[in-house]
Amino acid sequence: MDFKVKIGSLTLKNPILLASGTVGYGNEIAEFIDLSKIGGIVTKSISLKPRKGNPPQRICETPSGMLNAIGLANVGVEIFLKEKIPFLKNLNTTIICNIAASTIEEYVECTKILNEEESIAAFEINVSCPNVKEGGLEFGNNLEAVGRITEKVKSVTNKPVIIKLSPNVSRISDFAKVVKDNGGDAVSAINTLVGTSFNIWTRKPKIKNITGGLSGPAIKPIALAKVLEISRNVDIPIIGIGGIMDWKDVVEFMIVGASAVQLGTVNFVNPYASIEILDGLKNYCEKMSIKKISDLTASYIL
Amino acid sequence: MVIEKARIESIQKLSNYYYLIEVFSPLIAKEIKPGQFCNIKVTDTNYPLLRRPFSICDVDANKLIFVFDVHGEGTKILSSKKKGDELDILGPLGNGFTIEGKYDLAILIGGGIGTAPFPYLTKKISSDVDIISFIGGRTKEHLIKYQMKNIHLATDDGSEGFHGTIIDLFKMELKNFINKKIRIFACGPTPMLKALQQISLEQNLDCQLSVECAMACGFGICQGCPIEKSNGDGYYLVCKDGPIFDADKILF
Ligand SMILES: Cc1cc2nc3c(=O)[nH]c(=O)nc-3n(C[C@H](O)[C@H](O)[C@H](O)COP(=O)(O)OP(=O)(O)OC[C@H]3O[C@@H](n4cnc5c(N)ncnc54)[C@H](O)[C@@H]3O)c2cc1C
Ligand SMILES: Cc1cc2nc3c(=O)[nH]c(=O)nc-3n(C[C@H](O)[C@H](O)[C@H](O)COP(=O)(O)O)c2cc1C
Ligand code: FES
Repeated sequence: MDFKVKIGSLTLKNPILLASGTVGYGNEIAEFIDLSKIGGIVTKSISLKPRKGNPPQRICETPSGMLNAIGLANVGVEIFLKEKIPFLKNLNTTIICNIAASTIEEYVECTKILNEEESIAAFEINVSCPNVKEGGLEFGNNLEAVGRITEKVKSVTNKPVIIKLSPNVSRISDFAKVVKDNGGDAVSAINTLVGTSFNIWTRKPKIKNITGGLSGPAIKPIALAKVLEISRNVDIPIIGIGGIMDWKDVVEFMIVGASAVQLGTVNFVNPYASIEILDGLKNYCEKMSIKKISDLTASYIL
Repeated sequence: MVIEKARIESIQKLSNYYYLIEVFSPLIAKEIKPGQFCNIKVTDTNYPLLRRPFSICDVDANKLIFVFDVHGEGTKILSSKKKGDELDILGPLGNGFTIEGKYDLAILIGGGIGTAPFPYLTKKISSDVDIISFIGGRTKEHLIKYQMKNIHLATDDGSEGFHGTIIDLFKMELKNFINKKIRIFACGPTPMLKALQQISLEQNLDCQLSVECAMACGFGICQGCPIEKSNGDGYYLVCKDGPIFDADKILF
């Protein structure tokens, strides 16, 4: 059975990636699972300088989901390279480095520095974090900005560049098209949806930031619709993300157009999920006589 | 850290508000220390989605014992479990209390369900050390006396023990211990911990606080559980760096 998938020029040993911000820098989850078994790991968004993140309360639970406003807490490029990469590069899995920034120049600067690190196989550019004041969502909402970021980042690296799209827009496929037109190699869809939750007794928001990003099974139907929309309108590899809890969800994402997927919130609930999902996929492919898992991609019948 | 499918051996009501649940969980029982916690999945569906953190209350050979209050949806489901049901438990998590070191008197201060981690702590503190337990609650139904030693009680409504907060009672009695080498272990609602933190900073007391906050993962991957460092250098993660902190290390 062939589990390999291609995202542009990037080959993954299987389609299961762990999503940015939901596995830290890999070390904690490595206590549960053998990370060399999975397709790859997308690191927590890295910014040029360290970020402290937002004050508490940062998270709250919602029906079958959660809201978070972590605020891109991260160690910054320098410490990432010095302290986090040594662990990651020994893992024998694909490392995709996710970058967040407040200005286009900062995206470029970050990419330039990280590009020197051989063990980083590709970049995922986060233009869609809903929880920071500057940049973040505003970029993700702006077609021209997404195009410019793609083009500028591409101009400083030969490694594959994946743009992580915001679902908080009216037509996500327009953004995927802009990415493609500016030389981007793939898109990740989706980042979290803007949501909020209030305490009815105090009338105050449950998270300090007031709004947060909604993730988990609650967003799966939306994520599937976004992946399908991109798949039907733009010829670009898609990494599907949003509410995946088990192998069936992965199959569904691949059918609607994803070449690979990322697991997010499920890691919090079940740190073994990625390995269990791989087993489930193997059984499914056997049962369905599927020889190459990549044949599932965009195999929908309308 | 492991996930163990643990069979419920017993579930009983301790009072109108609190339940005690005993589960067969040999892998975690072997490892867990006082003050550490476990993250329990109360259903095998996606609602409620996240695991719930519970302090280890006691360990009896292969069994883990938890005490919980019915707070919302998740703990309501937990309270409806039956003997023989399975629970999916992730643990041990967190750092646990520091028991080592030299002190003659351990003062345990618990507010409401915050008394939960103390039975196991009581068991594990060296027998050379005296223990005094200060237990507070809103009413007498909120006092957890299970397995505690040398108990002093306070209730907000005066229905049992001292009429007032447990910190008021502790403050009044503190002078009786001040010539001993004491170590304070505390767990309870944030206002209680904050009041105690202030006293211990003013009087330079050796004091460990067990902090509560909403968590998604419980083992350091989501960054969802920050608490500010007192030195101004960013945040600790309550789940990994805590939940136990020396009183001078954190800012509420
Ligand atoms: C380290 C630690 C140890 C704990 N030990 C115990 C214990 O031994 N016994 C016990 O009864 N309770 C304990 N708690 C609190 C317990 O986790 C919450 O009461 C429980 O999660 C509430 O879940 P629910 O679904 O009933 O409530 P809901 O209010 O419906 O829960 C909604 C969400 O908020 C979170 N949440 C709600 N209240 C709290 C709270 N007080 N602290 C943290 N998260 C909260 C839940 O985890 C959940 O994600 C502990 C909390 C922490 C952080
Ligand atoms: C706590 C948390 C932190 C996140 N941090 C980041 C981040 O730093 N960068 C990023 O691109 N996405 C981040 N995300 C978004 C996830 O990578 C993913 O796109 C989203 O959670 C949807 O997938 P899920 O429903 O499987 O969780 C974060 C999500 C969560 C829940
Ligand atoms: S609860 Fe996830 S990092 Fe602490």
